[in-house]
Amino acid sequence: MSEKERDAVTGTETTGHVWDGIKELNTPLPKWWVYVLYATIVWAIGYWVVYPAWPGISGYTRGMFGYSSHGEYHAEAAAAAEAQKVWTDRIAAASLDQINSDAELVEFAQNGGRAIFAENCAPCHGAGGQGAPGFPVLADDSWLWGGDLAAIEQTIRFGIRSTHPDTRVSEMPRFGADQVLDDAQISDVADYVLSLSGTEVDAGAKARGATLFVENCAACHGEQGQGMIEFGAPALNDTIWQYGGDRDAVIAQIHLPKQGVMPAWEGRISDDWIKMVSIYVHNLGGGQ
Amino acid sequence: MAESRSLYAEQIKVYPQRIFGRFRFIKWVVLATLLSIYYLAPWLRWDRGPNAPDQALLIDMGGRRAYFFWIEIWPQEVYYLTGLLILGAIGLFLVTSVAGRVWCGFTCPQTVWTDLYMQVERWIEGDRNARIKLDKEPWSLRKLWLKVAKHVAWLAIAFATGGAWIMYFNDAPTVVREIFTGQASTAVYGFTALFAGTTYLLAGWAREQVCIYMCPWPRFQSAMFDEHSLLVTYAGWRGEPRAHAKRGEDFSNRGHCIDCGLCVRVCPTGIDIRDGQQLACIGCGLCVDACNSVMTKIGLPADLITYDSLSDQAALARGEQPVPRHIIRPRTLIYIGVFLAVAIGMAVSLAMRSTLDVTLLADRAPLFVKLANGDIQNGYSVKISNKLREPQEYQIRIEGIDGLSFKLVGHEGDIVRVAGDSVGTYRMLARAPKSAISERSTSIGVTIQNVESKEESRHDAIFSGPGR
Repeated sequence: MSEKERDAVTGTETTGHVWDGIKELNTPLPKWWVYVLYATIVWAIGYWVVYPAWPGISGYTRGMFGYSSHGEYHAEAAAAAEAQKVWTDRIAAASLDQINSDAELVEFAQNGGRAIFAENCAPCHGAGGQGAPGFPVLADDSWLWGGDLAAIEQTIRFGIRSTHPDTRVSEMPRFGADQVLDDAQISDVADYVLSLSGTEVDAGAKARGATLFVENCAACHGEQGQGMIEFGAPALNDTIWQYGGDRDAVIAQIHLPKQGVMPAWEGRISDDWIKMVSIYVHNLGGGQ
Repeated sequence: MAESRSLYAEQIKVYPQRIFGRFRFIKWVVLATLLSIYYLAPWLRWDRGPNAPDQALLIDMGGRRAYFFWIEIWPQEVYYLTGLLILGAIGLFLVTSVAGRVWCGFTCPQTVWTDLYMQVERWIEGDRNARIKLDKEPWSLRKLWLKVAKHVAWLAIAFATGGAWIMYFNDAPTVVREIFTGQASTAVYGFTALFAGTTYLLAGWAREQVCIYMCPWPRFQSAMFDEHSLLVTYAGWRGEPRAHAKRGEDFSNRGHCIDCGLCVRVCPTGIDIRDGQQLACIGCGLCVDACNSVMTKIGLPADLITYDSLSDQAALARGEQPVPRHIIRPRTLIYIGVFLAVAIGMAVSLAMRSTLDVTLLADRAPLFVKLANGDIQNGYSVKISNKLREPQEYQIRIEGIDGLSFKLVGHEGDIVRVAGDSVGTYRMLARAPKSAISERSTSIGVTIQNVESKEESRHDAIFSGPGR
């Protein structure tokens, strides 16, 4: 093996390789650097012993203290719930009106309600309560079953046409499918209903429809079509339609009504959660 | 047959010798000034009123505020820190291009604390020859006593250093009392121990190994010099050929360097400056002091090793008079220009900070809601940052559409009250008759005005509608 070349300036050997005329100095590393490397290896082995480290065929090395990130998460969640207990106790003790008029409680309820809504309600009612075809808009000021806090809480708690014994129920007769009215009559009453919210319709149809309305619809929907909250009958004289406001959609709903279902949340989420999300829904934009 | 060399090198311990001179004096002054600032600044007080910390320099992590005398920085203004760092970088580039590695040699924390630790070592164990002798001696009671005393002194300084660090993040008198009565938090003890440990290790044990192996700064310093930067230089044209000298030597036919080796013995990193500027030379100038002391003794002119620029030294080597161009050059002027631009920008921005900051966010889901009477409603989140110490009242107004009105959820009327030094969040529902909006997006203006001071903040927003 020949003597390696020494660089003239530094006195250090070169590695012996030359790439495109460029040589590399083989400067020795300081020994402390190697000892630090050994120390990190020892530290790593210690880490493997103390913490979960190596997977096996159907398990893994558990470490000495039973640490797991699941366990850490559960401990943090429990600590958070414990910290929130101050607030959730106050919410449990207060009535909805009391919560809504207390600045601190309403802020907590709003933030909690927002999270509860996003997880439980938004799939049907939309992220900001903007609704979807067949699912009511919660951000407006039109309410099928009442928009005050107590009514909202009852709706959430017991649901609509749900399996809960205290559920809210209403049933619109199947005027077309059960042959209570024939097609011409349905067409006329649909025209009359559309005229209630300002649409221009044929005068004859409107007059005939008015008579039919008084006989068949006013009992639930009100004389002027203003709706009745006790029956959950929508107001027909506004521009908000749950199943569509064009003529064909109104005719279809009279002919074979769709009846929406809302689950009952009692037992699925806790009582103070129901209160918080009631406050949140009330304050979305149209609470009464 | 070549012998195999070890892949790893033993650390060669450096025993710098004590020297007196101009640069040693400057180093002591800089060290004393910087350490005084570091240890004493957290104790300065600044009265900010009853509910605020009274420490002049404080970074309050828990309260999300930074205090610098009369300036209070909120988290969303962290760009001031960026500005400071940029100023620091440009300042370093400027100073390096003018005066070489003065950062490394005089002001770097590693240099300052290592210098302090070496002086403590000198006080306890003696100067260079005494220390070398002590290390070679077998262990005795005296050696044990000296070594223990030195390490205890080092640890005490390290503890004070670590403690001072955390005093920038906590109220100084409180946290000092807590540390010594065992009441401080784990974080305080942990960080104090961490910084004490690293100070002790880096200044006591690692010393020049940090400069040579760990720090990136020496490795690109050479990119920041040019031929006009002042560097610690050995005037080889005058000093070579070197040789030992006798009393009364004639220096006319030989170099002035008498190879006394003092420049090597005083060097804190252990290099020989006569090999030229190198990575490990931190530019502290102690070799200048050393050589000058010898030159004076033997009656030769000073500055055989000196702070000088390469171009000036080359001129002197040719026998010409150098024309110094150290400070005013395109490079330095550009650095000064950028530095001033950033500094002035920061100062102006700080002076023009408002005490009222508003964020207005329109709801995106839903964009708009149709109400029972046909009106269109939009929801907005209004966040009002009150940067004054006292609670303030603000009036909210909106305009831009005929018949536009609004209500605040949970509030009666249009005046809100925000607590001092905090952010108030409000939900605003604006409604307009459908007939007044014809586009999908209509511009509206929202104005928030401080009722008392009349300071106002105006924001443009979009009112969404169904369009035609």
